[in-house]
Amino acid sequence: MRLIEADHVSFSYGADAVLDQVDLGVDKGEFVALVGANGSGKSTLLRVLLGLAQPDSGAVRLFGVDPRRLTERWRIGYVPQRAVLTTSLPATVGEVVAAGRLARTGWHRRLRKEDRDEVDHALESVALADRRRDAAGSLSGGQQQRVLIAKALVSRPELLILDEPVAGVDLDSQARFRDSLVHLVKDHGGAVLLVSHELGAVADDLHRVVLLRHGAIAFDGAPGELASQGVNLGIHAADLPMWLESRRTAAPDGS
Amino acid sequence: MILGALPLPFPFEREYMQLALLGALVVGATAPLIGTFLVQKQLSLLGDGIGHVAFAGVAAGLLLDVWPVWTALVAAVSGAIALEWLRSRGHTSGDLALSLLFYTGIAAGVVLTGLAGALDAGLLTYLFGSILTMSPSDAATIGVLAVVIASAIALTWRALFTVVLDEESARVAGLPVMGLNLALSALTAVTVVAAMRVVGVLLVAALMVLPVAAAQRVCRSFRSTLLTASALGAVAGIAGLVVARLADLAPGATIVLAAAALFGGCAVWGQLK
Repeated sequence: MRLIEADHVSFSYGADAVLDQVDLGVDKGEFVALVGANGSGKSTLLRVLLGLAQPDSGAVRLFGVDPRRLTERWRIGYVPQRAVLTTSLPATVGEVVAAGRLARTGWHRRLRKEDRDEVDHALESVALADRRRDAAGSLSGGQQQRVLIAKALVSRPELLILDEPVAGVDLDSQARFRDSLVHLVKDHGGAVLLVSHELGAVADDLHRVVLLRHGAIAFDGAPGELASQGVNLGIHAADLPMWLESRRTAAPDGS
Repeated sequence: MILGALPLPFPFEREYMQLALLGALVVGATAPLIGTFLVQKQLSLLGDGIGHVAFAGVAAGLLLDVWPVWTALVAAVSGAIALEWLRSRGHTSGDLALSLLFYTGIAAGVVLTGLAGALDAGLLTYLFGSILTMSPSDAATIGVLAVVIASAIALTWRALFTVVLDEESARVAGLPVMGLNLALSALTAVTVVAAMRVVGVLLVAALMVLPVAAAQRVCRSFRSTLLTASALGAVAGIAGLVVARLADLAPGATIVLAAAALFGGCAVWGQLK
């Protein structure tokens, strides 16, 4: 079953074209990484896929419908880029994660026991069950990212979309982060679309890698195919631009 | 008079002090409910900005010979919605939008006051508050507005908290982010007008912010911050009134100073915890 489908999607900010005829699909049970150099259009593509921005041309379907018409929003879990919890925010870890339940409960209903159980389960899945009552702002950067992933998981989504969730996160947190995503894909049959410059922790679990270059898809296939061309996903941020450069030199038309 | 019959001890034995107590309690407890969200959105000065627009509304009421509370309410709600519109479109930062509100409001107020020829004690009542001259109808109006605010917060606090955490994620979750932000702005305007008679438009923002700043120093959860800030606001209202009566001082200012003192106390307690 196809959860996301982008069909010839183009998008621009004024005169600046950001996405050019992008085709992308993510199926149920797939773990897909969306990669590309800074400014290649990754975050914009996510915003278009989620219905936060409207494409200039082409069509996007989320769970088979226009993203703006999707009513069962709990089916999507989302961790935006540079999401941080400020130290001054007076909120517990449990409260932050519980905020993710509103997609299930509706914005005005009180939380019930089943909702609190889901919060516990989500925190267990990111190994933070014992921090539920702690102030969210007192956690380390890596722990805060795991809290936000738990917030995205707490509605039991069928599709998890994460934009640079492990930037600057310690190795231990990256390993726990990887376990959470694999748990969603293997145990719950969910799908993951991950934008990241640091894919080392999940490199062995990916089904597909989609490479975006100057707003167009330059590669869409198994990670092994990408690795065979000399790209090590573990140090992706360092060597991807070199690989792009070699492709540009080898094929001036960018194909 | 119903409240005048209540056998309360000094300094609340007089009818006017009982009405003032009611106003201070209600506004003190209600303003921080809104302020808790404004502080997290880094819009702590929104109440002050809307207060300036409310001043223009009061002047318009005096010019048009309409009860100034109504014209202040219309002006404040319009200003709050305009500010949210400017901010949400992304072309104007929050502090710049606030500045527009501040200066336009105060300038319009001065012009309208001049046209009405109303720069007198009546206007000063709204600028600095006049809690000791509250009438039973004033108290009833403030009470109704407070019930509206408390009910709205009880219904929407989880959703507003989610928006405060991250607007984009809230949109993806299907929350009506624009509607919630507009509702918060409108509630801020209603709170300003409700508090205007108690502490005046110039000090109204203090009751929205200081109890929240104090509660943040000692609370760990958002829910406890919300409730503690409300309780501290009510305490500041009572303490300020008592001090004003004992020392014969302006009650609006003593209420705000009491809130500032509570902040100092909570800051010390928070450090010692």
